[in-house]
Amino acid sequence: MELTKMNATIMSKFGQSGAAFSFALIELAAKNPDIVVLSSDMSTPAGLDKYKKIYPDRFFNVGIAEQNLVGIAAGLASEGWIPIIVAQACFITMRSFEQIRQYCGYMKYPIIVVGYGAGFCLQFMGNTHFSTEDMGVLRTIPGMTVISPADAGEAAKALTAAIDYKKPVYIRFTDKMGCPMVYIFEYDYQIGKANLIKEGSNAQIIATGSMVSCAMKAASSLEEQGVSTAVVDMHTVKPLDGEAINKDAKLIVTVEEHNIVNGLGSAVADYLVENGINVPLLKLGVKDCFSQVGDYNFLLEQHGLTPEHITESILNKIETIK
Amino acid sequence: MEECNMNELTTKQKQWAQEMKLKALEMAFSTGPNGSHIGGGFSAMEIYAVLYSGILNVGTTVKENVNRDRIIASKGHGVLAQYTALWKTGLITDDELKTFDNNGTHFYGHPSRELSHGIEFSAGSLSLGLSFGVGVALSCKKRKLNNRVIVVLGDGECDEGLVWESLMSASNFGLNNLTIILDKNGYQLDGSTLEIMNSESLAKKFEAFGFQVDEVDGHNCEKMTVVIQKRYDKPNAIILNTVKAHGISFLENNKMSHMCALTQKQYDQALTELKGE
Repeated sequence: MELTKMNATIMSKFGQSGAAFSFALIELAAKNPDIVVLSSDMSTPAGLDKYKKIYPDRFFNVGIAEQNLVGIAAGLASEGWIPIIVAQACFITMRSFEQIRQYCGYMKYPIIVVGYGAGFCLQFMGNTHFSTEDMGVLRTIPGMTVISPADAGEAAKALTAAIDYKKPVYIRFTDKMGCPMVYIFEYDYQIGKANLIKEGSNAQIIATGSMVSCAMKAASSLEEQGVSTAVVDMHTVKPLDGEAINKDAKLIVTVEEHNIVNGLGSAVADYLVENGINVPLLKLGVKDCFSQVGDYNFLLEQHGLTPEHITESILNKIETIK
Repeated sequence: MEECNMNELTTKQKQWAQEMKLKALEMAFSTGPNGSHIGGGFSAMEIYAVLYSGILNVGTTVKENVNRDRIIASKGHGVLAQYTALWKTGLITDDELKTFDNNGTHFYGHPSRELSHGIEFSAGSLSLGLSFGVGVALSCKKRKLNNRVIVVLGDGECDEGLVWESLMSASNFGLNNLTIILDKNGYQLDGSTLEIMNSESLAKKFEAFGFQVDEVDGHNCEKMTVVIQKRYDKPNAIILNTVKAHGISFLENNKMSHMCALTQKQYDQALTELKGE
């Protein structure tokens, strides 16, 4: 589907999983008869009802059993199907971590693992339902691909690209309904290839998922205050696109709706150190603690992840560099 | 099956089991002080001999054929029986078996999927093979294949929650092409399954989860052959009562047999016993 301002706006209203499953998946399933979708009792909130209606014989609900969800998908993949499996991000990645390690990592089955409601978007469901460790745990699995789309349109593109990728992929949907649009025109999307979405010479913000739009807003205010700031959409956290990192920046900032431990910031830090790139790094993300529960903005504020907080943290960091 | 054929088949199965045991003992001894899973291998010798020696569509001629029966060893530590049965079919050569537990081998303590060797599943983490088998059976049914999916489980393995998730889903999806072979040898690593986590009334539990259940002696080839060939209109489980480390007197019903090394003296004694001398 060609991205236009109109369909980007429509998809944005459906959220990331709505866009991926109500739009992209319907087209993909029509073209590829090997696609099957499985969910552990999470299909309706994830936006799969339309797909289920059109392809009832290519949908399996395994009940509230995330470990078995991955196992059954692996059995189907071993027989040539392309399974897309859908559950809450926290449960599919953490309760089923070993299954993903075994079937996707060790046995290399190209299952598309979709985590619905990643980050803080399940709000008042509380800490059991927040998924802020998912990218960290899964990126330790050899051969695993970890993707966090920036907006609803990119979620649709990520699912489409994952079908052709033929490798195991985890896609996390930070799923606030009406999530802000980052892209309103057609653009090239490739797994493992970051997009520079704003040029700038001083600071470079490398963001992923929901934080890309926050980073764009922060970059605008930084420009107003005289700090030329670039923004990179690092939608694929593993494999990381090191080429997209500006070695000549004065400051590199990573921003993610994920624990500060072992997410995008850690991946970028590894890259900088291993490649001898001596640029100061500011890692912004979810603090390494459980949260006080509240609405989405309350949670972002608590962890310093609103555009205003991001701007302030960057300005403070620049002060220390001077 | 005709009676005379049945007798012939039983003779073949017993012959296979005997050769497998002698080969497995040699393999176990070759691991030196590292040791191997003798107990759970020897409880399953007749089981694997029966599965691979004629009543199922497996072996060298069908190894990557889509219509083959799938034998999925979920109980991954049963390799002494699994590898030697595959050796008898010709899917693993003598030279390959000699690499057992050598550095860099494909044939280590838990099987790694390789269809050219007849290994359907990379096992080792208990219960994952059954969940996988449910997916395989679901696929075979969707593709309207007339084959069978056989999953070999251990009784200790049934402590795992995923076993029960898988059972629930197998009957939910009406997988009458799925058969569970349960090697009920009564022991797990730390001791008797009665003491560690009571696994009595497994038959009732399987029935409650929608399975047809049969129970026979897992060292009796003739009885197993009859019951494994039965087909039902729902998934079925065959509980096979076995003795851990069967045939090696000093290891039978001894929890130390789960993973152990053999001294020269023990090897000699085991060899004498297995040969029936």
